[in-house]
Amino acid sequence: MPSVREVCHVRSKNAGPYWVTVDFFFDGPDSFERFAGSSAIGPAVFAKLYGIDAGMVKQFRVPKLNILKVSYPRITPQGGEVERDMHSGQQFVRLLDIELT
Amino acid sequence: MDSEQHSRRWIVLVPTGSLGAGVREEEILYGISRGAQVIASDAGSTDSGAAYLAKGMSKNNRGAVKRDLTILMKAAAEAKIPILIGTSGQAGGNLNVDWTRDIAVEVARELGIRPRIALLYSEQSREAVKAKNKAGRIRPLPPCGDLADETIDSCEHIVAVMGPEPYIAALQAGADIILGGRTTDTAVIAAFALMKGAPPGASWHAGKIGECGAQCTEKEIPGSGVLLRIDESGFEVEPLNAVNRCTPHSVSAHMLYENSNPFHLIEPGGVLDVTEADYVQTEFRTVRVTSSVWREKPYTMKLEGAASGRFQTIMLVGIQDPIVLRDLEGFERRMLEGLYDRVKKTMGLAPDDFHISLRLYGWNAVSGERVPAGTPAPREVGVLFVATAATQDTATQIAKACNPFFFHMPMPGHHEMPSYGFAFTPADIERGAVYEFKLNHVVDVDDPMELVRTEWIDMNSERAS
Repeated sequence: MPSVREVCHVRSKNAGPYWVTVDFFFDGPDSFERFAGSSAIGPAVFAKLYGIDAGMVKQFRVPKLNILKVSYPRITPQGGEVERDMHSGQQFVRLLDIELT
Repeated sequence: MDSEQHSRRWIVLVPTGSLGAGVREEEILYGISRGAQVIASDAGSTDSGAAYLAKGMSKNNRGAVKRDLTILMKAAAEAKIPILIGTSGQAGGNLNVDWTRDIAVEVARELGIRPRIALLYSEQSREAVKAKNKAGRIRPLPPCGDLADETIDSCEHIVAVMGPEPYIAALQAGADIILGGRTTDTAVIAAFALMKGAPPGASWHAGKIGECGAQCTEKEIPGSGVLLRIDESGFEVEPLNAVNRCTPHSVSAHMLYENSNPFHLIEPGGVLDVTEADYVQTEFRTVRVTSSVWREKPYTMKLEGAASGRFQTIMLVGIQDPIVLRDLEGFERRMLEGLYDRVKKTMGLAPDDFHISLRLYGWNAVSGERVPAGTPAPREVGVLFVATAATQDTATQIAKACNPFFFHMPMPGHHEMPSYGFAFTPADIERGAVYEFKLNHVVDVDDPMELVRTEWIDMNSERAS
């Protein structure tokens, strides 16, 4: 099974101070069809990785672009006392080695 | 008739993704030569954090904003087209608008032009927000809950995010330049076309695609802006830079950027729905977009409020010592315990009175998570020390109390006392307050102008009087 980094490039970014949005740009329609719905990058995995409630994770499929978008609320709003990634631009990295099934 | 058809096109020049980021004069002249009827851009957003609203200061430096305004105001005055700037001074609070106003007036005097400048203020007093809250007219957006008065009181500044209506009113009243407070990026760009009766779906979608300037283009060489041509059945987007191009992918993918929902964009008076939108390459550099839908909804304005929190003082050391690098987890644990212990013993502070955070750059600073077992040691790490406390002075006293231990803490393998690599003297750096957004709510309004105040500077009458 391929890892995320083998079939996608991935971007993360803040979407306002309270949300993060992650875009999985799949390398073509075949990969998109096979893996965009994988539970390996489903809400439960986001909940575990980012310490949030799986019920708050939003998923959008954009088949025309072979993109899966996943948005989730930040555990603390942007810019708190222990902020480590103000624009959430590095949050995608821990997704890259996930094995897609 | 050709002329009739031609008159039913509304051409918006977006010079840059954010005023002060660096507009390009040749791009502006190109856009005007292609018939631009208005120049529109935002000058900020919440993107860079709450400090800019809380402090009423710009992110961009004054010189950069002045340079951009000079290029735009000169070109617009010659072409006799208006300029619309939204979210002035990064955050769009009253202080941010006034800062931008002073630069614009200075530029006008230097250029010898006499524009009518409209200033749109949407900052709200805490009392006004509390009254709206009491009247049940404020609702939370996820993930936030109901709004408490204490939260409102904690904010230094609160702004209501404007739609296009105040810009349209100012244009109709004869504004040459509009400097707006906090506004949706989309609204500033869509306002002119909406005023002229362009289809709202195309106007709003064009606004979204253009809001980051040339970000929706494929950049062969650096470029800054885009030209949006809106008509009865859709819109076209073209880079202002003659080499770069738009493609259906570069344009449609921009709908995803910084947007939690790629199909729906919620605006003050409705929702833009691009689910069925179609993107076609019409010319090599130009993409045409059709089938964007606007659905009107009851008018709401988003509220943004920024609060000032506790204060921080920081220190930074660099470490290449292999004894430390081979056990960074042990180093961090031992260091943190030691630092807390020193502060308790030397300052008598209770655990709730302060916070110390260590970030090991080069190891796990960005995630703060445990590094997988077997990860090879890095060549060096930067260790950032962050003390947080109720006052700046206390945070600095904590840093000073921690300084010797942070500098010299030995690991079990050390024979001699180590000295880690400070980058500065004095070692402690006062970083100021922690600024946070406190509001994520919308307010219902009866009229789009209800929470907006417009002021005018008529530089023509100024000279006459």
